[in-house]
Amino acid sequence: MLMRRLFLGAITVWIVSIIIFAGVEVLPGDACTAFLEREAQGKLLENCREAQGLNRSAAERYFDWASGAVRGDFGVSANGQKSISELVGNRLRNSLLLAVCALAIGVPLAIFLGVVTGLRREKPVDLVFSSTAVFAMTIPEFVSATVLILVFSVWLGWLPGIVLTSAGAPISEFFPEIVLPVIVLGMVMTAHILRMVRSSVIEVMAGEYVQMAILKGVPYWHIVFRHALPNALLPAINVVALTIAWLLGGVVVIEVVFNYPGLGRMMIDAISDRDLPVVQAIALIVATVYVGVNLTADLMTMFLNPRLRTHALRGS
Amino acid sequence: MSALIDIRDISVGFVGRDGRTREVLRNIDLAVAPGECVGLVGESGSGKSTLALAAMGYLKRGLRLLNGSAVFSGTDMFAQSRRELERIRGGQLALIPQNSGQSLTPTLRIGAQLGEALRLHSALPADQHAAKVVELLGHVRLPDPEAIVARFPHELSGGQQQRVAIAMALAGEPEALLLDEPTTGLDVTTQAHILELLRDIAADRGMAMVYVSHDLGAIARVCTRVVVMYAGEVVLEGSTRHVLKFPTHPYAQGLLASIPKLDDSALPIALDGRPPAPGDAGAGCAFADRCALVQDRCRSTRPQLEASESGGTVRCFFTKEAGRQQGQIIGAAPARFSGGDTMLDLDGLAISYARPRLLDQLLGRGTDVPPTVDDISISIGKGETLGLVGESGSGKSTILKTIAGLLPPAAGAVTAGDQSLPHMVEHRDPGQLRQIQLIFQNPDDSLNPRHTVADILEQPLKLYFGLTGGKLRARSAEILERVRLGAHYLDRLPSQLSGGEKQRVAIARAFAAGPEIVLCDEVTSALDVSVQAAVLDLLNDLKRSQGTTYIFVSHDLAVVRALSDRVAVLYQGRLCEIGQTDQVFEGESHPYTKVLLGAVLEPDPDAAPTLAADDIVERAPPASGCPFQRRCPRRLGEICDTDTPPWQSPEAGHFIRCHISLEDLNVD
Repeated sequence: MLMRRLFLGAITVWIVSIIIFAGVEVLPGDACTAFLEREAQGKLLENCREAQGLNRSAAERYFDWASGAVRGDFGVSANGQKSISELVGNRLRNSLLLAVCALAIGVPLAIFLGVVTGLRREKPVDLVFSSTAVFAMTIPEFVSATVLILVFSVWLGWLPGIVLTSAGAPISEFFPEIVLPVIVLGMVMTAHILRMVRSSVIEVMAGEYVQMAILKGVPYWHIVFRHALPNALLPAINVVALTIAWLLGGVVVIEVVFNYPGLGRMMIDAISDRDLPVVQAIALIVATVYVGVNLTADLMTMFLNPRLRTHALRGS
Repeated sequence: MSALIDIRDISVGFVGRDGRTREVLRNIDLAVAPGECVGLVGESGSGKSTLALAAMGYLKRGLRLLNGSAVFSGTDMFAQSRRELERIRGGQLALIPQNSGQSLTPTLRIGAQLGEALRLHSALPADQHAAKVVELLGHVRLPDPEAIVARFPHELSGGQQQRVAIAMALAGEPEALLLDEPTTGLDVTTQAHILELLRDIAADRGMAMVYVSHDLGAIARVCTRVVVMYAGEVVLEGSTRHVLKFPTHPYAQGLLASIPKLDDSALPIALDGRPPAPGDAGAGCAFADRCALVQDRCRSTRPQLEASESGGTVRCFFTKEAGRQQGQIIGAAPARFSGGDTMLDLDGLAISYARPRLLDQLLGRGTDVPPTVDDISISIGKGETLGLVGESGSGKSTILKTIAGLLPPAAGAVTAGDQSLPHMVEHRDPGQLRQIQLIFQNPDDSLNPRHTVADILEQPLKLYFGLTGGKLRARSAEILERVRLGAHYLDRLPSQLSGGEKQRVAIARAFAAGPEIVLCDEVTSALDVSVQAAVLDLLNDLKRSQGTTYIFVSHDLAVVRALSDRVAVLYQGRLCEIGQTDQVFEGESHPYTKVLLGAVLEPDPDAAPTLAADDIVERAPPASGCPFQRRCPRRLGEICDTDTPPWQSPEAGHFIRCHISLEDLNVD
């Protein structure tokens, strides 16, 4: 079962890599036309294509690219002639830093609030946090980001509103610049997970086994922690995974707004520069993270849920 | 002796959307003495479960105590602190829930759940809990208790889960047990075993029990006193014998008449109408609208509970008339098949759920698991009804799925009329699709909740007959009429119908296609007995007027008897016996048929089930020999394990597959 899932995950990434490659391939122009811009004609273009190996068949180039990618080598960028792996490496680290900070604060907070609002359904606590969550979910990130910048950096002057640290700087230098982006990312994420945990807690608390536990004389907090939460939080794992996947996309907007040197901003820059090798590399990395995160979530659910666990063991 | 459970003048209700308070329980008194077992019966919605839970001081979300009190052992349960309630619940007063599969926490092992009950309610030192858990599991006759401790609830069968729930209730050494439909949804054999267990436990420990059930057979077996509830009030109360044999309330009579009897092939009599919704009972008798003896007085004045001659109480103005009416009502004889051409032929059908593993698939190897269903050859005449019986897991529904083309057979063929049917539904032509219709157990699942009745009925009419516009609507109305629902139902949604009405719509949908063959998969199991009788009557009518061929799958043998011309008994997907209904029910039978028949509970305090075989659960059919070899009470020896038993025929049309000779089969 485990092998099967890993195998399917790998297949998914492989298919995605073909789609990415093919997508870039059908676009008019290539790395050389983009790099040479107006001079992209005649001998110059020929030479460039020769140097980049763009004259070979698409299959050959795909194989080169894919086998390089497996080893972590995405080739060189079209304009700077720098190693993409090096360029991407720092950016990936920065984006992960942002995501991990947002998750580290957002997930525990969301689960805590989700449980509290679920247990205190339709009480003031629930109404306040649930409606705040809906609010946080509906405002686009760039709006909340702008408002937060206005309040905390322009008016109050507590936090820097924009990130000026360079991509390769050590992690410690990103503080406190990273705080506002983390808050904005965390807000939306927390809201999603909170709503999900809340409804799951409500459903489980209304379930027959919770009623049975009440009528068995189990004290309230025992019911919550032993009987209800292990069941209520199982679906949350998948929501967290989806949120992480969403983070990768949401991060693009946030990074642009805050000028944060992460993968998302690099992607935007690469697209406007028509730096196709970089676009390809980032797309593949994002897809791999996406598949990896969902796979991890599935496997976690499988091993935490006794029903799926016995099924998985019997199936393998 | 003073009552252990003493519920006085209790009223429970909820506030409806219109702001009115609607009563679910109306001024009920119930006293249960120590060691006494009281049955609460009534249709769904009668408030019987609510009453039982109220005895624990518990009301479901949204319900409120309006009046009265529930005293347990001198403690008013509705006036206690949470801590005090936690001490009593599961301790002196324990509940055995309806659906143990849903009531056990899925993420906790059985041992942990029982251990919790001991920790909360037992005086035993903690180091003895593990041993006590095993002892409790053994006490409820679970095989291999040491292994069950480490299992999760979903790894147990329904019967085993129910036993675990009983063990859990016993952990606190309760003085009283509340049982909320504890055997509903279990196989007859399992049910009979669980009830015997409960009887023994109650007798051993002198526990009081409140037994909630809609099944009068189960009530008859365990209870000494019965309380009949209707629309949130008590209408009849008395000793089990009096209530079941000489009921003096028309509702109780109707309820009894609607139960199909195993020893009687007449159709049960439906109790027409349905109970009023909470708060809608009006000023008079709540049962007035459904009562045959109704007078003007019944509609204007609510009768009071009064002492009856038999020592119980009854809520009716006309108990004498009702008493005279008892036994006068006789069910109609079902339509019987009188021979005809073959309509459906199953030839050597084998069905397997086992899918080859990935590696085996790649190597082109099959599985070596014996098929779930094997060697089924039956031919059914036009207009005949074949009953398929067996415990859960016997392959009854699987066979229906294969006939309907939802599951491909591993071997064999299905022939309808003179055409051999393609295995899968997507390869069948419209004519073949129209010919066979399937009705499912639960209309809540089989009717699309967003489609109106008209949408539901029009689909087959458009698909098979190309009807449109006014004709379509008229035809839909006509079909509804045939299932005794008026045309005004056309624009309703399933959620606006009662359970019985929904099932009628599902039946109407099947008949809209004008089928020759209708496959009924436990079509009455989810319904109240009174409604079940109406559905059986309807199916019987349609059979008579349309000459439809039915395959009727049910675990309820009495229902099968009422409707079937012929019965096939299945065990582990293999045929054990097949014959005319009377031959199977009355003549020589296969040991397994005997086990099934013996376990049936009749609504009669004098009838006792015979428990011939253990209710163990089999995971897979044996590779060779007789499918029943592991549980057979009359096992001969090695021959049963190695040789497939021969078909023997005591009479024309009656076949039994057993190694035991026919003469010996007859002797018990």
